[in-house]
Amino acid sequence: MLDTLIDRIRAAHENATPLIIQGGGSKTFYGNADEGEVLATRALTGVVDYQPKELVLTARAGTPLAEIEALLAEQGQMLAFEPPHYGEFPLPQAGEGANDALPAPKPINATLGGSIATGLSGPRRPYAGAARDFVLGVRMIDGMGQPLRFGGQVIKNVAGYDVSRLMVGALGTLGLLTEVSLKVLPKPAAETTLQFELDEADAILKMNQWAGQPLPLSATSWHAGLLTVRLSGAASAVQAAQAKLGGEALKDATAFWQRLRDQATPFFDKRPLWRLGVKPTTPPLAVSNRSGGEAQWIEWGGAVRWLASDLSAATLREAAKTAGGHATLFRGDAPAGGAFTPLAPALLTLHRNLKQRFDPSGIFNRGRLYPDF
Amino acid sequence: MLSPAFLSQLRRLLPPHCVLNEREDLLPFESDGLAAYRNTPDVVALPENEAQVAAILQLCHQHKVAVVARGAGTGLSAGALPVDGAVLLVLAKLNRIKSIDPLARTAVVEPGVRNLAISEAAAPHNLYYAPDPSSQIACSIGGNVAENSGGVHCLKYGLTVHNILKLRAWTIDGQLLEIGSEALDSPGYDLLALLTGSEGMLAVITEVTVKLLPRPERAQVVLAAFDDVAKAGAAVGNIIAAGVIPAGLEMMDRLAIQAAEAFVHAGYPLDCAALLLCEVDGINEEVSDDIFTVRKVLAASGAIEIRTAESEEQRLKFWAGRKAAFPAVGRLSPDYYCMDGTIPRGQLPHVLRRISEMSAEFGLPVANVFHAGDGNLHPLILFDANQPGELHKAESFGGKILELCVEVGGTITGEHGVGLEKIRQMCTQFATPELTRFHEVKAAFDPDKLLNPGKAVPELHRCAEWGAMHIHDNQLPHPELPRF
Repeated sequence: MLDTLIDRIRAAHENATPLIIQGGGSKTFYGNADEGEVLATRALTGVVDYQPKELVLTARAGTPLAEIEALLAEQGQMLAFEPPHYGEFPLPQAGEGANDALPAPKPINATLGGSIATGLSGPRRPYAGAARDFVLGVRMIDGMGQPLRFGGQVIKNVAGYDVSRLMVGALGTLGLLTEVSLKVLPKPAAETTLQFELDEADAILKMNQWAGQPLPLSATSWHAGLLTVRLSGAASAVQAAQAKLGGEALKDATAFWQRLRDQATPFFDKRPLWRLGVKPTTPPLAVSNRSGGEAQWIEWGGAVRWLASDLSAATLREAAKTAGGHATLFRGDAPAGGAFTPLAPALLTLHRNLKQRFDPSGIFNRGRLYPDF
Repeated sequence: MLSPAFLSQLRRLLPPHCVLNEREDLLPFESDGLAAYRNTPDVVALPENEAQVAAILQLCHQHKVAVVARGAGTGLSAGALPVDGAVLLVLAKLNRIKSIDPLARTAVVEPGVRNLAISEAAAPHNLYYAPDPSSQIACSIGGNVAENSGGVHCLKYGLTVHNILKLRAWTIDGQLLEIGSEALDSPGYDLLALLTGSEGMLAVITEVTVKLLPRPERAQVVLAAFDDVAKAGAAVGNIIAAGVIPAGLEMMDRLAIQAAEAFVHAGYPLDCAALLLCEVDGINEEVSDDIFTVRKVLAASGAIEIRTAESEEQRLKFWAGRKAAFPAVGRLSPDYYCMDGTIPRGQLPHVLRRISEMSAEFGLPVANVFHAGDGNLHPLILFDANQPGELHKAESFGGKILELCVEVGGTITGEHGVGLEKIRQMCTQFATPELTRFHEVKAAFDPDKLLNPGKAVPELHRCAEWGAMHIHDNQLPHPELPRF
């Protein structure tokens, strides 16, 4: 399998034929449209090594996330960055709100390689870390068909540049991931989700104030006047925090967080859907008010503001920049210049230089990250 | 040697007291924390602000003069060792804490700010900066980023790369890079990760935005003694398998325990082969639960003695022994050489057995201090540099230990960096294609190889010359290179 991929990549390199790397195809919507023949990785499957006591799992890139998470669950462990699955969800009933219990999704497609290549993380991210924080090592094939191995299977490793983490979120533009080693963590013994009726400004303030206290927060969300907070940890810690914070316990919280993780509520069906990454303490954005109060979903302790907004890319990007961050067209038709905030000239030069050295013929996912490479 | 014309231009960029090139002024900069490597710098530049840093880099780029960045000089791999004909760019004067935002839990600091000073400044807000290398009282944050420094709390709280949000850095041609953001992610490649641990080879950092964490409500430590190192090693895995992620999990062997006890009287049991210190922190109730679990697991793992610190004073006392382990070992011997390999924890008994066999072969004693939670081993090789040949013997022994770490699936450096010290072992850990890619990453930032030349990544022909190669599965690394 690996040899076949290497041969195809070498041929593509010689002929400068563009290739689209595809695992489960669950995240093809993300980023800009790319061009080329599909290079399927789904056959690169299987967990290579899993040592629960070492907190390390190594699997081939095409291994379904669901398979990995099931294996971890048998040992009471998990992928702490809570990667999205974008699986198929049963259709919600009429009148759905953040309060209503919805059936849990059925994960079907997402693979480990795609999760790492997109670098997307779920609701636990502000409190446990992002996909890139858990990557310990990768095996990959560069744009010349050269197999490479970076990092390893140990938690501390500072030998050589951190090329493994450079691959996270690179959307496959620097190489094809073939194997990934991850740090895993024990599943919390207890979890409770609490809800509070609060307006946007108060909710943002609370999320940040609580994050500055020793509380076992593991996820936060605000939408339509409702702050939702997940607590995870030892049963005693969760109980103590619940007593301190108050609020109403949410039933069937698992489905709530899985739906938020996968952006699978009717709110997220709106187009265009923008994702603004901002400094978490950023007060309510003017651009969100102009989009209408129901047109926003906040998570990650205030650091992500999802907007269903027809405002121009320039307006939203300026607002995000002022708030210390950036704006991505997450779903919908990408604006001129692409789905991601354009890079400053000095950074763009470095990106081009790195791309040139890992993939000199520009064969991998051409245009997916930025239109010019 | 630097030309008088270059030096006079350098002097024009900085106030007179910020350029040193008299021999007696240069001597304090001839080595970093690894004093076995010394080289007197040609000139030391001590910029006082970011604009001066940029101007120095531009000047050096224009004259193709190399630049070695240095922070507090506490590094342990000769990463800041001066290079002949280069400017030693000391960032210690950029030492302001620019701002602390308690609500957003961030601090914006200059690279010369000491690691501990950040936590001290954040303390009134009940916040702290988590990575705590043992040199935290002296080491600076710029160096921490350059080395991706760890500490005793890495397993739970991560390394430097997990605890920073944003950098301002300058390329060798004097361009400003703003990397990362105040949000939790940024568009494009993860250059924040690439720069962290890049050992001053890619860019020069002038500002770091770090994350601050709420101080845990309570911390509690359990001490356990074992009559067998292998049992102590197994206990570490058992604690983690029980679902507890300790804030710190440290192990010491007999020689290290005895040295520490003689030095600080921490109250350690002396009739044991290994000692574990397991600290748990968090919410009061959670700490109580975890301590209960940890004690149960330690007992089931065969500990011969288990003690929970009964007071904050005793907790600090337990830690004092571990924290003083290096100087304590230093009292046993004129010199010691500290290694920094990381191994999968399950390999610990095998690795310790091999180290003790090699210790007999080389005739040099070893004390083992181990960040057991994350597999980071610090064997301290005892030697006497005044005995002809002993330093060389200690270095050879150290090199063998690092090669052993690679052989069992680990790495040659967990937190001290490669610098110049471990550059030969890079040839053991990485094959030609990976080393080539490292050189290309370097070239993407610094095509003229002016930043910290000769460190961190070996030239391929040097690997062949050193013969520092490891033949594994009968496969010779770098088969394409000529050998003489």
